[in-house]
Amino acid sequence: MTRHSVTNRSMWTGVAIIAALVCAALGAPWLAPYDPRLIDPARAFAPPSVRFLLGTDDLGRDILSRLLYGARWSLGLVSVATLLVLSVGVSVGALAGYLGGVVDDVLMRIVDALLAVPSLLLALAIIGMVGPGLTGMMLGLSSIWWVGYARVVRGLVLALRERPFVDAARALGVSHTAIVSRHILPSVLPAVAVLASLEMGELVLAISGLSFLGLGAQPPTPEWGTMLSDARVHFFDAPRLVLLPGLAVMLTVLGFNLVGDGLRDALEPEQASKLRGVGT
Amino acid sequence: MTSARAFLRRILGAVAIWLFVSVFAFALGSLAPGDPAQMILLRRNGEAPSAVDVRALRTELGLDQPPVRRYVRWLTAAVRGDFGTSFRTGQPVFAELRTRLVASLLLAAAATMVSFIIALPVALLSAARRGLVTDHVVRVAALVGVSTPGYLVAYALILIFAVWFRVLPAAGGGGMRHVLLPALTLGLVSAAGLSRLLRATLLDELNAEYMRTARAKGVSTWSAIVRHALRNALNPVVTVSALRFGRVLSEAVIIETVFAWPGVGLAAVAAISDRDYPAIQGFMLLVATVFIMINLLVDLSYGAVDPRMRLGALPMERA
Repeated sequence: MTRHSVTNRSMWTGVAIIAALVCAALGAPWLAPYDPRLIDPARAFAPPSVRFLLGTDDLGRDILSRLLYGARWSLGLVSVATLLVLSVGVSVGALAGYLGGVVDDVLMRIVDALLAVPSLLLALAIIGMVGPGLTGMMLGLSSIWWVGYARVVRGLVLALRERPFVDAARALGVSHTAIVSRHILPSVLPAVAVLASLEMGELVLAISGLSFLGLGAQPPTPEWGTMLSDARVHFFDAPRLVLLPGLAVMLTVLGFNLVGDGLRDALEPEQASKLRGVGT
Repeated sequence: MTSARAFLRRILGAVAIWLFVSVFAFALGSLAPGDPAQMILLRRNGEAPSAVDVRALRTELGLDQPPVRRYVRWLTAAVRGDFGTSFRTGQPVFAELRTRLVASLLLAAAATMVSFIIALPVALLSAARRGLVTDHVVRVAALVGVSTPGYLVAYALILIFAVWFRVLPAAGGGGMRHVLLPALTLGLVSAAGLSRLLRATLLDELNAEYMRTARAKGVSTWSAIVRHALRNALNPVVTVSALRFGRVLSEAVIIETVFAWPGVGLAAVAAISDRDYPAIQGFMLLVATVFIMINLLVDLSYGAVDPRMRLGALPMERA
């Protein structure tokens, strides 16, 4: 009982963090006290004060406003990336698990090979080909990050395929496509949702990390990783320019991880076992 | 399955994965937009090259050959340590990558050690005091730890050790003093995830029947943990730590950039920004080779020491 209530509490903390970030992202135009791109050298490096709650950066831009608009970028990019990897991962996993045989063998060999090399390195290689920037980053991440989903979904579908209700549906003349989409995938959804929330934290880290390296979002975009990278040369004069965006990233990832951990604990043991070790 | 056959299977599997990665690396370079010959000439001369020159260099580099033949040539040359010439520097790719790989491996090894030294006692304490205050504190700290981006830890440590106390250099490569901060950063980042995995592994052992037996015959909790549980958990613990090496290597790309540590990560970021395809391909093949070899060695030694878990009984993890 106690364990459950602790889990619940931490999960709701995560939900609250994400909800606050979504509000910040959506409400940025109203919440932000200044234009995030407004450059004013006269007020550069202003320390935190009543006028500028978190101070200003090297170009005199208000940091709070930039962080609020940054939430749009971070949440927006991670949502798009998650949708992309989800659709690829779930399709591949369902195909491999349901069809089995050669299709399964081939797809799973590819998944194994992609899992055998650090994902970030593979993503880096693709970004190297496409070229640094938002397109390159999203392509790089989405062509690699689906493997985790594919593996989990395949395992679950494989188990469900043997259930009597699938035979029953076949006997009734339901098509394979309909069986997968209407009967099997809905049962897989809870596990996929847990995986998604755990992986979203990882993706936020990857996106901000790549932007920090100058390979993702480009300045003057108020994306957090880019802000941080932009401020590196001023670190010794104004460490907060670097630390504040970093803390924003941390808070976001923590939110997703809290939700993911909580959801995982609420999942049926059979499905949860397939997720062991993910997101650590 | 006999262990000789299991060994062979493992090795063949690793070779297959390595070949797949090499095809991937090669394909990336070939599919990339732009003609390498044109790029090389453009950098060499600083002006748009003539069509004749481009065609001559294409023939010289073998770019007019069919892709399969080019792949075989590229791979056989790479195995002999020839990764081609960097577009950016005009120097052989391998010569640069080799010295940088040593620096990266040094950093990653030091970081793995740091993370192990932190994570093992913490995980042990947490697992032994499961559900108590210590456990909760550790779990919260570990969760915050896995949520923290490496560069934030890096800058926080720079602030503490290089700015406030002025005891360590903030950046650069070379002496042992320079490796301390990056290794500590990487180690801390990795320790959070490692301690979560180790805690789960240790809990499995602590809940095992033999622990109840040990307790029933009057062995104290800590003695039972140290003498029985830890011994049984040692294999998975070492494996998990070794397999996290790949994760450390990827995180190192970011940390090397913060500390200007002259490793492969720093070279890779420069190569990607400049679209230096031979260097990117070389980087990928080299790091993948190191990573696949480490995995294979861990796999083989693991199977040899503990026949119980020979095939894939490890917690799955994205590296």
